Amino acid sequence: MTERLTGAARRALADLRRGSEGALFQVAAILLAFIVGALVLYASGYDPVSAYAAMLRGAFGDMYGVGQTLTQATPIIFTSLAFLVSSKAGLFNIGAEGQFLVGAFTSAIVGIYLVELPWVLHIPLALLVGAITGGAWGLIAAVLKTRFNAHEVITTMMLTYVATYLTGYMVNYPFKAPGWVSQTVKIAPSAELPRILPPTQLSAGILVALALVAFTAYLLRKTILGFELRAIGLNPSAAESAGISINRGIMTAMFLSGAMAGLGGACEILGVHRRFIEGFSPGYGWDGLAVALVGGLDPVGSLLASILFGALRSGGMIMTRSTKVPLDIVIILQGLVIIFVAAPAFIRSLLKRRRK
Amino acid sequence: MTLAVQMQGITKVFPGVVANDHIDFSVEKGEIHGLLGENGAGKTVLMSILYGMYHPDEGRILVDEKEVRVDSPAHAMRLGIGMVHQHFMLVPSLTVLENITLGREPVSNGFLLDRERMHRDVKEFCDRYRLDVDLSAPVYMLPVGVQQRVEILKALYRGAAILILDEPTAVLTPVEVEELFTAVRALRTEGKTVIFISHKLREVLAICDRITVLKHGRVVDTVAAGDASEDRLAEMMVGRKIVYEFQKRSVTDQRPVLTVKGLTALSDRGLSALRGIDLEVRSQEIMGLAGVEGNGQTELVEVLTGLREATEGTVILHGLDITRATPLERIRMGVAHIPEDRYKRGVVTDFSVMENLIMCGQRDRFARNSVALDFTEASICSDEMMRDYQIQAPDKDTPLRNLSGGNQQRVVVAREFSRSPRLVLAAQPTRGLDVGATEYVRGKLVEMRDNGAAVLLISADLDEVWALSDRIAVIYEGRIVAVKPVGETTEHEIGLLMAGGRND
Repeated sequence: MTERLTGAARRALADLRRGSEGALFQVAAILLAFIVGALVLYASGYDPVSAYAAMLRGAFGDMYGVGQTLTQATPIIFTSLAFLVSSKAGLFNIGAEGQFLVGAFTSAIVGIYLVELPWVLHIPLALLVGAITGGAWGLIAAVLKTRFNAHEVITTMMLTYVATYLTGYMVNYPFKAPGWVSQTVKIAPSAELPRILPPTQLSAGILVALALVAFTAYLLRKTILGFELRAIGLNPSAAESAGISINRGIMTAMFLSGAMAGLGGACEILGVHRRFIEGFSPGYGWDGLAVALVGGLDPVGSLLASILFGALRSGGMIMTRSTKVPLDIVIILQGLVIIFVAAPAFIRSLLKRRRK
Repeated sequence: MTLAVQMQGITKVFPGVVANDHIDFSVEKGEIHGLLGENGAGKTVLMSILYGMYHPDEGRILVDEKEVRVDSPAHAMRLGIGMVHQHFMLVPSLTVLENITLGREPVSNGFLLDRERMHRDVKEFCDRYRLDVDLSAPVYMLPVGVQQRVEILKALYRGAAILILDEPTAVLTPVEVEELFTAVRALRTEGKTVIFISHKLREVLAICDRITVLKHGRVVDTVAAGDASEDRLAEMMVGRKIVYEFQKRSVTDQRPVLTVKGLTALSDRGLSALRGIDLEVRSQEIMGLAGVEGNGQTELVEVLTGLREATEGTVILHGLDITRATPLERIRMGVAHIPEDRYKRGVVTDFSVMENLIMCGQRDRFARNSVALDFTEASICSDEMMRDYQIQAPDKDTPLRNLSGGNQQRVVVAREFSRSPRLVLAAQPTRGLDVGATEYVRGKLVEMRDNGAAVLLISADLDEVWALSDRIAVIYEGRIVAVKPVGETTEHEIGLLMAGGRND
């Protein structure tokens, strides 16, 4: 018994060490980005301390700030998980934006036209349709890959343009609401995801996102499917030898990935905008890719990195209002975080030097 | 006698492992010195220290009897030390000449490449050391043995007087090994010092003047090759006597397990690789498949495991036609597979030991239900397998990449054999393994046979085929040209058949 306990403790410690080393790296990259960002602020004639303080206050200082931060984070949680799941299977799904838009649009349609439903059915149905259609959009790339050997980087990116213009056409012509804005009419109240922290826009979508984080962690760590997808991602030939069908794995991973992005689109529509508006996404799909990397390709890491990016946006707005620092610094900070995370060798050498 | 290299009291500790434990090692000028030891004995670490890739925690190094501190490989090169690694460091798209001179190009008029001088210089090197290479050929087009020669030339061109060869024969065919030995002897004649890292006894005895044996990071002894024998070296390396011959249980009940009829298949390049294979492997039998590599062995194993499609013919396992069965269905029917390329087909190096052990069984034995894995079962079985198959690793959650090659192969063997297979397809099962691990894997194959499995052993090592097989099938150009019981044939006859000689 004691032997078992010490074994478990040792393993837990080893896990912690491994995990903290990874997390330490991510944190170092983020800190470095903020240091360089401060230099940029200083060089531009602003006071970095007061700017960062304003940003922090804006993002987490009161309930309103927290609400706005989480609202901004919600769609990116979905799209970063979408990228993460595909990447674990060795696929580079950079088309989460397209899958997000498709899911958003179809859920809006379900929300608008199935008006007789009670909300307990209407909301889940709209979410489900968003997930399935997003998944189907991802599946197109998987079929193109397994059948015709077309690389998913190209196909998912191209399919994103198709989704952008297709949904754009839909809300300009067949489903356009009266008026001059390219948008649909509002969804039925029975399809609205409730706002959980008024007056902020934070909706129950964040709960769906949290559930998806847990689901993704469970999927990857505990299930047969997760095991098989990771095996395919790390060594497809060995996976094949072990009786795992690579083509089926690719299809499953791309469907799941697309479904996660599509579900994110649905939550954004049902919870925040309540209608599909052309151009409502400022590029949540693309952000997801970067955020997944900043999060170290780990579900919980994705969640934390999404909150960071959400905080940069919501805090950035407050900062601009109270200190006159232009909002562009937020984009610079995001870019710096991504650069430093993408340059692991640089960070690692810094960490090493510090240890010496 | 002057000493080219002296390493005194060298100690190097990695987290959890003492790789080198107060090693004293010296090499005389102009000798070929063998550094012998099992995988993980510390040979490569010791030489990486000499080459400046690691810094020792303790100890000192003398080169040409002057104490030095080797900071980097660049520094080692300035000291006249060159190293040829197991994995070559060549630019595939550049020519041999460009690779050899890379970074040291002769220059004319200040900045122009002096191609003529480059060619002249290198050509002279080739002639002097009898290393024959086509200097204008791009490296990627060359066979492995020639690429290795390019690596040696590269080191010499950079002024190496002491040349470290890390397991140079691991990737070579027997003919290439002979050519390498000729070149190494020519280097000695020219006054160069060669350190030859290996775990192959026969080669070390054939080429070296003196041999230092390492075990568990310590020096066992340094002996003159003339005073050593294979048996004695093996004992020094492993610490006990090695079994070369296996006692097999006598056959009680033999019935066909695998029957292959008229099997044809294409190679990756779409050429005909199997041209009508007929073969029967019975229970309680090891069928050795002898043949020069590239005669269809790889494709045959892939067709039998379901990884490659058969174009014609049938594969029957225990009376059932499995020609179109998926790999998973075959695994479930009791087909075990030790792949010829462990890293490509056998293991996922980024997975833990446990994750590698449960592969193949993730939907059956190690599944709790149709969705989740059964970690309790996986954990218990992994501990059992690690114990039964003597897999040396800190624990089952260690990443597989941290294990030595021999232990990784034990993981593959443990996984495949612990599910009591009825047919074992063992392709080059001991390639790259040291003496102890080789003995172990061979013993397991015999154990499988004794317990009633049918074993198809594909090996480029004719000694291995000879030592283990009950019958030998010879494959030549995609056909089985002969099947002989081991007692009724000679190595000479099999050799002839492998080379395409007629079977009369």
